[in-house]
Amino acid sequence: MTARGRVLATARAPTPARETWARLLRNGSAISGLALLALVLGTTFIAPGFYPADPFDIAWRPLAPPGEAPAVPLGSDFLGRDVLAGIVHGGRATLVVGASAAAICMIIGIAVGAASGFYGGLVDEGLMRIAEFFQVLPALLFAMTLVSLFGPDFLTIILAIGAVSWPPIARLARAEFLRIRELDYVRASRAIGASDLRLIWRVILPNALPSLIVAATLAVGAAILFEAGLAFLGLGDPNVVSWGLMIGANRDFVLEAWWTVTLPGLAIFLTVLGVSLIGDGLTDALDPRRHGR
Amino acid sequence: MRLAPILCRRLLGAAALVAAVLLLNFILIHLAPGDPALTIAGGMGGVTEEILRDIRRAYGLDAPLHRQLLLYMERMLSGDLGRSLFYDAPVLDLILDRLGPTVLLVVAAMTVALALGTFLGVLAARKPGGVVANLVTLLSLAGYSAPAFWVGIVLLLAFSATIPLFPLSGMYDARAGGVGLLRALDVAHHLVLPALTLAIVFLAQYSRIARASMLDVLGADYIRTARAKGLSDRAVLFRHALRNAALPVVTLAGLQFGNMLSGAVLVETVFNWPGLGLLAFESILRHDHPTVLGILFFATAMVVAANLLTDIAYRIVDPRIRAGTAATGNPR
Repeated sequence: MTARGRVLATARAPTPARETWARLLRNGSAISGLALLALVLGTTFIAPGFYPADPFDIAWRPLAPPGEAPAVPLGSDFLGRDVLAGIVHGGRATLVVGASAAAICMIIGIAVGAASGFYGGLVDEGLMRIAEFFQVLPALLFAMTLVSLFGPDFLTIILAIGAVSWPPIARLARAEFLRIRELDYVRASRAIGASDLRLIWRVILPNALPSLIVAATLAVGAAILFEAGLAFLGLGDPNVVSWGLMIGANRDFVLEAWWTVTLPGLAIFLTVLGVSLIGDGLTDALDPRRHGR
Repeated sequence: MRLAPILCRRLLGAAALVAAVLLLNFILIHLAPGDPALTIAGGMGGVTEEILRDIRRAYGLDAPLHRQLLLYMERMLSGDLGRSLFYDAPVLDLILDRLGPTVLLVVAAMTVALALGTFLGVLAARKPGGVVANLVTLLSLAGYSAPAFWVGIVLLLAFSATIPLFPLSGMYDARAGGVGLLRALDVAHHLVLPALTLAIVFLAQYSRIARASMLDVLGADYIRTARAKGLSDRAVLFRHALRNAALPVVTLAGLQFGNMLSGAVLVETVFNWPGLGLLAFESILRHDHPTVLGILFFATAMVVAANLLTDIAYRIVDPRIRAGTAATGNPR
């Protein structure tokens, strides 16, 4: 087969994932979101190699504005640390916290929602009461309380964010499971003796994935915002440089030196905007009702 | 379904939620590293052995756990939320002192966000796919993606530090010292930026829901009838469609009350607004655990109350739900 023939053969066998990807690439929001995210990931994971300055080092006089000295291209903070170094090196922690907290939130949410929707009855009633409880807790206040009682280390922060963000995911997963479990192919699998675990994991979950994937992208954005909020209040891990930590540390100097706080804030904003745009594009790409457009 | 039995069930559920928060606080106090008495006292200097002894006696910390729990719940429910060593005052008094500013901030922000968000949502629903609709979508995504405190700081830098339109921080000007209307105007002047900050973050979500809900409603038969009668576009949109589309927005606003409180913590910290959120923030820095736990309990009770009120309100407002024949909305 020629190269061209192979390409045609692949094109002739569209999988749902490949179709979604193709639709995503025709979607304006998704493209801008992917571009933004590529920029952020590049800054975070590749740029440190080209800009190895230590973000904790004192590089220049305190509160120097951007452009004053080549040592601190984006200015320096209240201790004289390089803001650009902070932005380049601080993204990793922010993204890792965001992704891990979102992962925890998805795991709890899907487990609770799946059990609730699949088994129904008392299990459903009980689990939804618990979800309701975590939904009425003011999330940030609860996370602040956790961090103040157990100390601001990375793991506590991730667990705190995960613990307060799962109920909406659980509700979504429950609704999907309730809908899908009544469909014919699920009844058929049940009739040939598939175990509960197999039904949940192999039969229902893959079909609930589209809406859960969209929810997951939103969860990553929300977790990043959450971490930034905690760090702004001074409740971030003080030993790891992150965008939120920069904002929290320089908060009292914002009127003298706008760049120390607004620039890391801009980084957070662009990251979350990128993730939200992708989520928005995914919603369109995964929604069969909108394929005609 | 009649209203009374539902109301009873909802009240019971609300009571259970409040009890669950107390249980959570109790668990946290005992899970926290170190002596529970020290946690209750607050982990800063100035705690004497005598104070610890008093706390152990008052909370029955030598008794078995289930006795302790009952004692703790009894104390909290009778309004004794503990005592702040920092202020040397009952936590409940501290909270009630700071409640007013937070309620003012949240209500102002919610009003702006609801009004503006719904309006934008209606605009976007008018012509889906049009320039206005895309602009509204982009705006709402941006609003959703911006950290609340960052929006506050940017507004502060722009409209207070650079263009001195609004005061930098606080709730009133101590030098003005006015009374009555002057005082109210002064507070309103201080309120603009904090309320706007909080509103921008929530505006985004309301406009999205309003748009989706309007799109749903605009496909309904009675809208076609209204148009066929020759009513103007504006009358159809605002008088016929919006009345039916507003319900999900109001429901969301009620459910979002807790998130608003969380946002208020950040906004109050940026603008030094003397509310509950600022108190929570300051108390955490001081390791004033009784105040922190007291605020967590009180704020959650407020959210439960707000949810209950929303639930009752829309049952009264919307006859479809009252009759139990709602065709749209989430299956419950």
